[in-house]
Amino acid sequence: MSRHTLSVLVENKSGVLARVSALFSRRGFNIESLAVGPTENPDLSRMTIVVDAESQPLEQITKQLNKLIEVIKIVELDVASVQRELLLVKVRAPLTDRTQVLQTAELFRARVVDVNTDTVTLEATGTPDKLQALLAVLAPFGIKEMAQSGTVALARGPRAMSGAGTLRPVERTA
Amino acid sequence: MTTTPSPSATRDAAAALAGVETVAGSVGAAEQPPRSVTEPATGITGAQSLVRSLEAVGVDVVFGIPGGAILPAYDPLFDSRVRHVLVRHEQGAGHAATGYAQATGRVGVCMATSGPGATNLVTPLADAYMDSVPIVAITGQVPSHAIGTDAFQEADIRGITMPITKHNFLVTDAADIPQRIAEAFHLAASGRPGPVLVDIPKDVLQATTDFAWPPRMDLPGYKPTTRPHGKQVREAAALLAGASRPVLYVGGGVIKAGATEELAELAELTGAPLVTTLMARGAFPDSNPQHLGMPGMHGTVAAVTALQKADLLVALGARFDDRVTGRLSTFAPGAQVVHADIDPAEIGKNRKADVPIVGDVKETITQLVAALRAEHEAGHRADLSAWWAQCDSWRQRYPLGYDWPEDGSLSPQYVIERLGAIAGPDAIYAAGVGQHQMWAAQFISYEKPATWLNSGGLGTMGYAVPAAMGAKYGRPEATVWAIDGDGCFQMTNQELATCAIEGIPIKVAVINNGNLGMVRQWQTLFYEGRYSNTKLHPQDAEGRPKPVRIPDFVALAEALGCVGLRCENKDDVDAVIEKAMAIDDAPVVIDFVVGHDAQVWPMVAAGASNDDILAARDVRPVFGDGQV
Repeated sequence: MSRHTLSVLVENKSGVLARVSALFSRRGFNIESLAVGPTENPDLSRMTIVVDAESQPLEQITKQLNKLIEVIKIVELDVASVQRELLLVKVRAPLTDRTQVLQTAELFRARVVDVNTDTVTLEATGTPDKLQALLAVLAPFGIKEMAQSGTVALARGPRAMSGAGTLRPVERTA
Repeated sequence: MTTTPSPSATRDAAAALAGVETVAGSVGAAEQPPRSVTEPATGITGAQSLVRSLEAVGVDVVFGIPGGAILPAYDPLFDSRVRHVLVRHEQGAGHAATGYAQATGRVGVCMATSGPGATNLVTPLADAYMDSVPIVAITGQVPSHAIGTDAFQEADIRGITMPITKHNFLVTDAADIPQRIAEAFHLAASGRPGPVLVDIPKDVLQATTDFAWPPRMDLPGYKPTTRPHGKQVREAAALLAGASRPVLYVGGGVIKAGATEELAELAELTGAPLVTTLMARGAFPDSNPQHLGMPGMHGTVAAVTALQKADLLVALGARFDDRVTGRLSTFAPGAQVVHADIDPAEIGKNRKADVPIVGDVKETITQLVAALRAEHEAGHRADLSAWWAQCDSWRQRYPLGYDWPEDGSLSPQYVIERLGAIAGPDAIYAAGVGQHQMWAAQFISYEKPATWLNSGGLGTMGYAVPAAMGAKYGRPEATVWAIDGDGCFQMTNQELATCAIEGIPIKVAVINNGNLGMVRQWQTLFYEGRYSNTKLHPQDAEGRPKPVRIPDFVALAEALGCVGLRCENKDDVDAVIEKAMAIDDAPVVIDFVVGHDAQVWPMVAAGASNDDILAARDVRPVFGDGQV
């Protein structure tokens, strides 16, 4: 498998996102998704980066990331971690199809967040696979527009990336 | 709390900063300043805080040019103990800072205004980044409220320099200035050194603030590993003790870490052949018989071949650059690799390491010596005599050499060889980029560290003159020679005016073949001699050189306030060099008019395997003993 999910704690400063994305572009690393947000510590942000490490070994990616001064810690999250994406999708739902669209939404535990005579907008969270499946089922009704977040993820279990009993970082040394 | 620097990082920083201060203090010991440079102050401007910070961190010289946005900083600089050298182009300021840093081991400093001033620093910053040189660039920025409005002389220099600096800062609050300056110098000098840029908007320089030193540094994500892992070092020692065909592959990191004495001890203990890369010339004496010379595209046959046939490479502060490895897939195919570097990202980047060692190479070599001694005491020591017999045979059959041009013109290699012999191993040599650079790396015998300065990674034409200026400023007692090509020289010779006016008497040997010589060599070898746009001298319709000099380098030198000399004959070479050596009150330029057909050999063609090295044109070495 070439997909890897990296959870990266960075200093919450302007320009950090530019540095990280520029690094991926410059070194020819492929990003599948990238999500940035605040953490429990206002000085830190968390970037969840899903990388395709087919072309470049993951080790080189994490080493180069670690060289960025504002990167505090990198943990690779395994498949057992909790990984979620958020999907907003505006589906064509005239009265003739509406019931079926709503039933589909229910099957995927998606919520209706907007409705009008022609469309409904659904909100769904889940793994990338689940959201892919939802979109496949909605496609025949007609998808007018959609917005999807990158993956956010946390390791399972009691340990965290900072504080006591921390998760083991990706090796800084070779 | 993750935002406080680790105690060890803080300690290292304090030691680094204190060290810099001591050096500067000893320089200016005769004239004690009226106040301590770290005395706190209140109600001063951001600009004053900046200059006080530079004083406190131990800066003795800044190379720069003022302009609108940086102007507030130049007012307190006028009264400061920090000397400012007014260059003629910001690129010159950047390379001068690099030359200063490479010659002294201290952090070099350059300063420029916003917009074009700052963008003119891009080339020297990229250059320093590729060669891991500690410099700090301070740039003015348009006022905070104007940032993002495409204001006059606005350029996003922080964004522009992100990929070519170790780190950079935009200072948004005058109160942060001391901290940012301290952090910039700490980052530049520690770990793997590199350039750091500090961009300061004009209103921040004008704001009222307080100054206190030392500030608290806040770099929670910066913890360079300096102490090597003992187990890895012992493994390396075991490999080294058992290898029958080892080579020590020495890179520029050894000079940066000040580890040349330790290297000498390790070399003696191992008795192994050793090569020094372009960035490491001078890390080990060329006169030592264990030294096989420089590896790589224009390396010696012995150095290149020893790496190819080795069973163990011990890479010390080297990065397996493509100019050293040739085609990577065929590089040193039978060798195990011990790779010691302070930057973990270099290890395994190009070549897999069997034993990776992350740490300061000085400490690594010290520990390796001890571990290897233990191996020897335990009776583990391979016999290297067969390996040496091979290395010696390569060295004897394919020594460095050159032919005199058939047209009777002056040989550039001879000029450089004589220059090295007359100026000697205590002089500092700074080269541009091209044929003259390779000949200077090959035909001058380097015996000491920090005597060979050049642009290795970026290959920046025009590096030599400003770098020599910076080196001469930092090491005024040393003779500093810039060895330049006529192409390179025309890129940055304006700094000779700076040298003449500021009293920085460098010496320049222009190896003038009237061509972009290295490009011409490739056109000869790979483009059927079609010399597209490589002739610099005026020529007639048939392509023959016209009997006129454009420019006349002697006249140009004199116009720039230097002594101009010219040499066109072999018999005059020694005399003109000696004449230049005798002049110490002005910069000197010698125009060595040489033939344009001389070529750099040996050569591994770009992208070719090192196995296909040519000792000279169409001369393929015969390794034929079938032993390895």
